Amino acid sequence: MSQMTAKNEPSTFVKNVKRLVNDFGLPRLIILTLFILLFVMAGIYDMNLPSFFGDVLRRWGMWGILVLAMVPGIQSGIGPNFGVTVGIVGGLVGAVLSINMNHAGVFDFVTNPALHTIVLALVAIAIGLALAIPMGILYGMLLNRVKGSEMAVSVYVGFSVVNLFNILWATFPVTASILILPATGRGLRQMVNLRDDFGGAFDEPLRFAIGDMTIRPGLLIVFFLACFLMYLFTRSRLGMMMSAAGSNPSYARASGINVEKMRVLGTTISTALGAVGIIIYAQSFGFLQLYLAPLMMGFTVVASVLLGGATVRRARVFDVLLGAFLFNGILTIALPLANTMLPDVPGVPEMLRLIITYGIVLYALSKVKGGR
Amino acid sequence: MNNKVRDFLFENKVVLLFLSITLFAFWASGLSTVVFFSELFTRFGRNTFMVLALLIPVIAGLGLNFGIVVGAMAAQISMFLVILWGGDGVSGIFSVALLATPIAIVLGYLVGRLFNSMKGSEMIGGMVTSLFADGFYQFLFLFVFGGIIPIAYARLMTSTGVGVLNAIDLGDMRQALDNISMFHILNVSFFVMLAFVALLLIYRLVKKQPIKMFGPTGLIKPLVILGFLLIGYILTWTVTPFLLFTYENRLNGVYASRLVAIIISAVQIYHIIRDIRDEKRPGLPIKRFVILGLVAVGFLVTLLPEISNGLAHVRIPVFTYMIIGGLCLFIKWFINTRLGQNMRTIGQDRNVATAAGINVDRTRIIAMIMSTVLAAYGQIIIIQSFGVMTTYGAHMNVGLYAIAALLVGGATVTRASVKHAIIGVLLFHSLFILAPAASTNLMGAALFGEYFRVFAANAVIALALIMHAWKRVKKRKNEKAKATAA
Amino acid sequence: MHEKYVLQLEGIRKAYGENVVLDDVSLRVKPGEIHALLGENGAGKSTLMNILFGMRVIHDTGGYDGVVKISGEEVKFTAPTDALAAGIGMVHQEFMLIPGFTITENIKLGREDTAPTVASRIFGKSLERLDREKMDGDARRSLDSIGMGIEEHVRVAGLPVGYMQFVEIAREIDKLGIKLLVFDEPTAVLTEGEATQLLEVMNTITQKGIAIIFITHRLSEVMDAAHNMTVLRDGELVGTKPIAETNLAEIAEMMVGRSIENLGIAADGEESDAPIAISVRDLHVDMPGERVRGVSFDVREGEIFGIGGMAGQGKVGIANGISGLFSAEGSVTAFGQPLNLSRLGEALEHGIAFVSEDRRGVGLLLDESIAYNIMFRVMTTQREFLSRFGPIKLLNRRKMQQHADDMIKLLDIRCRSGRQKVGTLSGGNQQKVCLASALTAKPKLLIVSEPTRGIDIGAKELILNYLTKLREEEGLTVIMISSELGELRSLCDRIAIVADGKIVNILPPNATDAEYGLAMSAVSAEEAGKVVQS
Repeated sequence: MSQMTAKNEPSTFVKNVKRLVNDFGLPRLIILTLFILLFVMAGIYDMNLPSFFGDVLRRWGMWGILVLAMVPGIQSGIGPNFGVTVGIVGGLVGAVLSINMNHAGVFDFVTNPALHTIVLALVAIAIGLALAIPMGILYGMLLNRVKGSEMAVSVYVGFSVVNLFNILWATFPVTASILILPATGRGLRQMVNLRDDFGGAFDEPLRFAIGDMTIRPGLLIVFFLACFLMYLFTRSRLGMMMSAAGSNPSYARASGINVEKMRVLGTTISTALGAVGIIIYAQSFGFLQLYLAPLMMGFTVVASVLLGGATVRRARVFDVLLGAFLFNGILTIALPLANTMLPDVPGVPEMLRLIITYGIVLYALSKVKGGR
Repeated sequence: MNNKVRDFLFENKVVLLFLSITLFAFWASGLSTVVFFSELFTRFGRNTFMVLALLIPVIAGLGLNFGIVVGAMAAQISMFLVILWGGDGVSGIFSVALLATPIAIVLGYLVGRLFNSMKGSEMIGGMVTSLFADGFYQFLFLFVFGGIIPIAYARLMTSTGVGVLNAIDLGDMRQALDNISMFHILNVSFFVMLAFVALLLIYRLVKKQPIKMFGPTGLIKPLVILGFLLIGYILTWTVTPFLLFTYENRLNGVYASRLVAIIISAVQIYHIIRDIRDEKRPGLPIKRFVILGLVAVGFLVTLLPEISNGLAHVRIPVFTYMIIGGLCLFIKWFINTRLGQNMRTIGQDRNVATAAGINVDRTRIIAMIMSTVLAAYGQIIIIQSFGVMTTYGAHMNVGLYAIAALLVGGATVTRASVKHAIIGVLLFHSLFILAPAASTNLMGAALFGEYFRVFAANAVIALALIMHAWKRVKKRKNEKAKATAA
Repeated sequence: MHEKYVLQLEGIRKAYGENVVLDDVSLRVKPGEIHALLGENGAGKSTLMNILFGMRVIHDTGGYDGVVKISGEEVKFTAPTDALAAGIGMVHQEFMLIPGFTITENIKLGREDTAPTVASRIFGKSLERLDREKMDGDARRSLDSIGMGIEEHVRVAGLPVGYMQFVEIAREIDKLGIKLLVFDEPTAVLTEGEATQLLEVMNTITQKGIAIIFITHRLSEVMDAAHNMTVLRDGELVGTKPIAETNLAEIAEMMVGRSIENLGIAADGEESDAPIAISVRDLHVDMPGERVRGVSFDVREGEIFGIGGMAGQGKVGIANGISGLFSAEGSVTAFGQPLNLSRLGEALEHGIAFVSEDRRGVGLLLDESIAYNIMFRVMTTQREFLSRFGPIKLLNRRKMQQHADDMIKLLDIRCRSGRQKVGTLSGGNQQKVCLASALTAKPKLLIVSEPTRGIDIGAKELILNYLTKLREEEGLTVIMISSELGELRSLCDRIAIVADGKIVNILPPNATDAEYGLAMSAVSAEEAGKVVQS
């Protein structure tokens, strides 16, 4: 849309530049400049660019579906779903149960190792969905009662759920020793190695390398497929009704749309994608992170989609693709670059992450028309 | 009457819930009152100031100020600089406060500006702001200190010379406020009060105003206070046991509780006499008699051996508690000023406030500045109480715990008072002390207690936000209904 | 009193760009006088008051011509605070009160009495202590002076609506040197008893020499309370008269009267004998600001039925109730079938399309394209413009564009293409998109609410002509709701006039101006008959 208006309006060069900045968004422009700058710096410092680029692609796919989970939330009108962590913990429960079953020998009948990992991941996703969908419905109903304050509520509902699950993780009844904290013999580990389970389920198949650049088509196919399905959904009757409910509730009501139901639908899809997304994330990362690990993930994905050009009222699949790429691109390159340039300073990438993540969210908040 | 009871229970549901959890946890923990009380009063002195820093934004309608974290950062920056520049002891602490004030004013102004651009989303905004600011804070401490500004001070810096250590020992500033003796307090306040009265007289004489004894601006109040201070001052020079007593910087819990009981009773009796004399608002003294009754019951409770034994081991840092008391009085006074009334008005309805000629944006910024400065002072109290500053962590959970404490005390997003803050700190920190021990006894590991208290802090905030939003939605509906009913 | 007039407005002229909204208007108010200011919506009353109060909208749009004199001295206010300082107050229609505060605190809002403190000497006046005793005393005095016995330290929350109005008045009275009070539709929210009490209070106030400008649409109140009245129409002064020398019918005529051009085809107001298209019985609609309190009417097929009346009287509520946008009670039968008013989309499914008065809010998705807007409602309710894609149905963009191009041609929507965002169109073209969207549903009954509000003459004409054409060529039944009486009278077969949420009268387009004026002032048909005859 932005490109079209820029092309069609005849105006002076300066005006065009201004319009471009406005349409593209100042923060996005800054981040894009930073991204290019970092790449150039990495080149100057003679770092292994192809290898980095492979990493960026991996992290892109790793975070992609979690970022995609923002789209139905924003479109249905609940705004950026900071509480996607509700879905994430659902996915984690699915993963834990799937691993536990695997070690109890339930999936021994699948002998092909690649297929075995995929089956495990799919089971984790299935259980995760079975949990996330009802939780999403409840969460959506809650958000319907707090219209106008969804963001603050979703942040703290997310925090509460993650903290509540801390207690659950510490008492989770499992038998597989790989899951259990060796020190006490009770409760789950902080990090579970997925090597023997569904680690790399989608990363490993079809993996190839061009020089130092490793490409994982499986992961990217899963991510793009999810994006494509989401795109189809936004073009379906239901998807269009949901988006109308989000962008103009009174218009939607006048068109015979039940706005409340649409918001619950959007929240549920978002939560469900959170569950799927965390499994994809974990299989690529190689470890399942429990306890407080998901606490701030909501902010990371919200920041990513905003970086891609979404606002708290409007988000497209394209914003997800761009946002996830930029966000992960910067952080992936910043870490080794900082280590080379400033070997004495340990926390530069972390500062950068904090400033980018929360800066972009803050910028988006200040752009929302304040309550009267 | 039945309705009244129900209303009371409903109004105070959060407080009652946490009271029962606390009582249960106390029973389950098996902790002695000795340990529990001394820990609780230490924590009360440490944390209450920070919770009180939240009140003004609530009054001004900005909701729960998650931005107090920024004030805490101002305190830590100042603390670092003062240690670097060789400050130490009590004077060091006051230098920190002095240095933190302008930093907090600037930061509070910026946060206030930011909040004005996101009216209605201040809470989420404050939360994000604190995390955003943490990025710059880390940049400052990990990179600028040592990396850009060379600092050669091994006590503060990492081995590479770039970046500040994560734990900084405060040296003599450790508990410097807590350790100020009553003797010093008495001395200094006597001379300050003397100077104040003298200045007041000079001011009146220079301005050629009449010197009134009575009335709101009369001299009688300062003079009475001065008189009491003078008696104390003279006593320290004449009565040796009193002098020895005032050399203490901690007050025994038993004395303190009796002192509080006497002060409350005196204030109540004073008001009762005044109300009866002025024949104002019939029926009101009943409330005061109830308070007197409660004080009496409280006094009897302290006579129970278990309680009195616990209290006997409590050592209350006098100066810190006095600062907290002073802040409570300041807030009560402030609400009754023109600025305070303007903040209340804005907190209730910004449109009406604008129509009444109040500069809403400016007043909101002032509220944020006040809160940020108070938060900086609160953080100084917390750090000096620990004696160690955790450079990268001390500020992070300040907002979460202070806000949770306020809410546990029965406050809401739109209504919070000194009473809520005090009850909240007592209950919330009781839970903090008791939960690990209780969970060790009940479930065999202290871990669950830790998890539970963090969960409780988050859940109580989530609940408050939900109730607030819910009420707002309902209110909007009611207003619609009212508009049409007319 | 050495000056004859407390307020003189002389030759006031105000234009927004080309559009002249006030032309040579004069108004003189004596101390202790109740002066009624009358006129239809858009007659210029609020603009005149905005000029008097120095509101920002006025000098942001180039100021005004003419002279404003307070007590004989010429003034030029640039901010409402200037007007307040000069002794002019306003009693708002919406209460500017804070429910959680006491009556005293509300009366003294923003003007609290304070006493200096030590801190205030150092940090400035904002830290002065509230002098609650003085505040209570002042409040008491103001309340007493309007005869209100209620205790000043009671909270406003929970007071009856009428009392809140009195608190507002007490606040104005409490202001130092108040000379002139403007009451803007003060009785709109009051019960009958409260309204009577209010008129008495107004009388008491004027005893003190304070003048009142009384803006209302209830002519009977004007007759009861006012001394003089001024009527505005289309930004022009129709006349000023003492109440004693006029009567209801004359005032009504002064308000409405206009030479109606283009009366052309206007019918005689007889109901045709065609089958009934929609039958409404005892409809109540809970729409804020446009509440409907029980209306009944029938519209026959092929008819253009007009609904008129002042803003806020409920005419817009009727349409919103039938289309299910606001909760409604009563029975509505469309083409022989009863409508379930609580079900969303019910009206659309029964062949009733609604073009809302709230174009940008209810009528359009501003961020979407013209084509998307035109097809959206039909897509959701009738599942058109979709095509199969594997197991699911997706939007058929080609069909959507094609249909949009047709509509753009048909209604002459000025745009670059159907892909242009609706938000970037002018008001008139947006209205055409709304109309196109409604017609795409192929309705049997079209309800258009304020179709010409805020759009230019060209588009206005086109839309009105098109409505007539639709009726003639396709036999479409139309209910048209408009604040512009002239527009209704030139187009409709019959016109229902709504006041206070009820239909006062159903008039033929050729009824007299006095009849319309009286109906709009909530004077019922029978009473009107008496007035006109006398």
